[in-house]
Amino acid sequence: MTELLLIATIAGERVGIAGAQVESVVEIEAVTPVPRSAPHVAGLAAIRSRVLTVIDCCAALELGASRDAGGVRDAVIVISEGHPYALLVDSVEDIVEWPQDAVVPGTKLAPGWHRVAKGMVEAGDDLLLLIDAEKMLAGATAAL
Amino acid sequence: MEDLINEFIAETREMLQALGGEIVAWEAAPADRSRLDEIFRFVHTVKGNCGFFDLPRIEALSHAAEDVLAEVRSGGRGADQRLVSSVLAVIDRIAELVDALETGNAAASEDDEVLIEALRDAAPELKDDRNGPAQASAARSGTRSIRLSVDLLDRMMSGVSDMVLARNELARRLREAPGDLAVEAAFDRVSDCIAEMRDAITRTRMQRIDNLFKTLPRMVRDLAAELGRQVTLEVDGGDVELDREMLEMIRDPLTHIVRNAIDHGIEQSADRLRAGKPAAGRLRICARQSGNQILIEIADDGRGIDGDALARKASAAGIVSREQAEQLSTAQKVALIFEAGLSTAAEVTAISGRGVGMDVVRANIERIGGIVEVESRLGSGVRLTLRVPLTLTIIPALTVSAGGLVYAIPRSAIEEIVRAGTAAVRVESIGGSQVATVRARRVPLLSLAALLGVEEQGEPADRRMVVLRSAGQEIYALSVDCVHDHEELVIKPASPLVMAAGLYAGTSLGEDGRPILLLDPSAIASFAAVGGTGKKDDAHLAGAKPELAEEAAGLLFLSLDGLKRLIRLAVVQRIEEVPPDAIRWSAGRLRVSLGGKILPLAGCGDVVPESRIRIMRLSDGASELAYAFSEVVDLVPFKADMEAAAAPGEVCGVTMAAGEQVEVIDPYWLFGAHGASAETSGSKPVCAIPAGDAWMNTILRPIIEAAGYTVVDSNGLADFDVLIAAADGPIEHSPGRAVIRLRSTAETANGDESIYRYDRAALLSALGAPATLRGKG
Repeated sequence: MTELLLIATIAGERVGIAGAQVESVVEIEAVTPVPRSAPHVAGLAAIRSRVLTVIDCCAALELGASRDAGGVRDAVIVISEGHPYALLVDSVEDIVEWPQDAVVPGTKLAPGWHRVAKGMVEAGDDLLLLIDAEKMLAGATAAL
Repeated sequence: MEDLINEFIAETREMLQALGGEIVAWEAAPADRSRLDEIFRFVHTVKGNCGFFDLPRIEALSHAAEDVLAEVRSGGRGADQRLVSSVLAVIDRIAELVDALETGNAAASEDDEVLIEALRDAAPELKDDRNGPAQASAARSGTRSIRLSVDLLDRMMSGVSDMVLARNELARRLREAPGDLAVEAAFDRVSDCIAEMRDAITRTRMQRIDNLFKTLPRMVRDLAAELGRQVTLEVDGGDVELDREMLEMIRDPLTHIVRNAIDHGIEQSADRLRAGKPAAGRLRICARQSGNQILIEIADDGRGIDGDALARKASAAGIVSREQAEQLSTAQKVALIFEAGLSTAAEVTAISGRGVGMDVVRANIERIGGIVEVESRLGSGVRLTLRVPLTLTIIPALTVSAGGLVYAIPRSAIEEIVRAGTAAVRVESIGGSQVATVRARRVPLLSLAALLGVEEQGEPADRRMVVLRSAGQEIYALSVDCVHDHEELVIKPASPLVMAAGLYAGTSLGEDGRPILLLDPSAIASFAAVGGTGKKDDAHLAGAKPELAEEAAGLLFLSLDGLKRLIRLAVVQRIEEVPPDAIRWSAGRLRVSLGGKILPLAGCGDVVPESRIRIMRLSDGASELAYAFSEVVDLVPFKADMEAAAAPGEVCGVTMAAGEQVEVIDPYWLFGAHGASAETSGSKPVCAIPAGDAWMNTILRPIIEAAGYTVVDSNGLADFDVLIAAADGPIEHSPGRAVIRLRSTAETANGDESIYRYDRAALLSALGAPATLRGKG
């Protein structure tokens, strides 16, 4: 049984996100900040009359706030408890078929990555980190 | 067939509900033709409908009632009390049968013939059937339904919301790419249709509270008759609209409160006359909208709630300890009515008084995000106020900006909007926080930008203050960079990550398609601790925290810099005049010498006054200090409720006295900051040091004295509490006295308990904890 795997780049690393977790991939232009919210909440964005909570993946991984490139950015939309979230990624590369045989990472990961990682997957010739998009929403607080 | 029956049940029930008020009104004025017609129409319709179904009992009852009423209409007989009662009994029986039809249970009462017989002229006066209505309403509450499921309404509502949002986006796109006029005309039409539809669907969820109030006259009449009371009911505000679901949720609590008011509140006529009240009790129920809440007040002029009796019961039932019960304020005692298992009724009646009641009322109201408040004046009545939110998905809002971003504020929470920096608004900075006086009303002023941690932007001329009222009724002003527009916004719940900020109530999309955060005025009030008094819940039953007397005497005086200030009279010992030469800047602070004592002086900053000044001597029971001022203004009641200062300091807040704002002096802070080295009027501990030791006398002595000791020569004859001696010096100590030995090197030798002589902390702690505490200043 195969499933789809979304390959994206987050903080310079190529990662895989299970297709079942992804609602869609969008381009986000303007983000309205939400003052007094958690550091990894980049703000709100409106896509097709929906208000998305935008997550800065770099901040969620404790890699510092992502550089604000301005302009249009790729985002992966995931739905959690009925609320849509947009995970900001550097880029979305491809969608591939994925034979579900992830291997547990043998290497020691940085704490931020460790929190969201589900394992490693082989996509073509490369080895990718498979991440749990929902874990990304919790941000650094989940470490506690 | 099933559908038709359900239709019949729902229709009959609706008519019954609408009829409730009519019947009572008819009873009061039997000659009123229009009421009679209304009731006639009801029984006639029911009878007609029964023809379709096999419902012989309902048919017989409605037929009999119709006959009698037709006779009255044609003038064949008069409508007297007896007739009205018997018609009522028939209508109740119909209601009961309709309920039974829906639940599928057999109706409890069987004696339809008796009722029909009572309708006939010759029949003996009918004993009013007391159990009928009670049973009927009990059955009704279990099976109440509306003909459209609320779920469906919700789905329609959210569908329309999405439609509005989609329309807004389309409007934006059309503006960006102007095209065909025909397209725009078509869009306008679609847009109008959507607006109309939205209005209609919004209204389907809204119901006049009258639907709830309509049942009250009948209920009050029945209860009053049963309990032998005379009650005049006044209902007001029936046109207030409330969400349908909300209405259902307050039905039972309201019913319960009304029952309680008649059963326990309103006295028998004879008792009322004795107490100098009109024989008929007055029950007033009114609803009004206040901000984003609906207020429903139920007030009676009965005997009130005996707070002391409740407190006794509560302590007997183990809900509060006896000590706690004694310390409760009157309002807190009355609020005990909401505790489970308490009731003021001396005896249990069928109507209420079983101790399951007000706690359930409160739980039900709180479940829908509301509050119940009770006020009682013993002997003159009780007023209960239900505050329930008006939850709606489309709300009128004001858009404002702060730090370059747009936010929305629910318009219902807004009292007024004023331009900053005009004559109508005065802003003062008091004790580190800002207070705005808007049209003689003093409110705390918050900056939205500061609250959100962003920079204020925009022209000062654009700045506005929005005066807001939170759900807890705190009023405050929020200063914003500018005010944009009134808009109708579709509010969507925000994600938990956004709600975690604790400031927002939801999100929406503006006309430009950008997300807008909806601010929550209540959350902002608690975020900024406006009012500073904490939550009401804490006060309720907070037996462990006895409230201070709310009003004590305060001394209103003019400070040296001409400000009116207030201090609790209790801490002022006496007022004296001192010459300027009694005041010296000495040992790091201003001190005043008074009759052989030296007291720290506060109230005049760091400046030595040039002329004679007045001082008040303040005492905290142990130490004293002097506070300089210019003159006494008045003695006024000291109100505990004040706007707290942002940071602790000499001034702990601001309150109203003699019609103006005055700063309130914080004695606690004063003693903490100034009272350190104050001499107590009692005896000070004595510390003995060798007189010959120059280091001790010049270097050490001031520290010991600052720690509150009187220093004497250890070679003298004076008694002492502590002896300080050099580690290597001789000791002439008296047994039983503490000895502190000081060594001159920092290193310790084994088993040496001496203290390095420059180790200030160790030395002070050795001099004793109380002294150390006072030595902080």
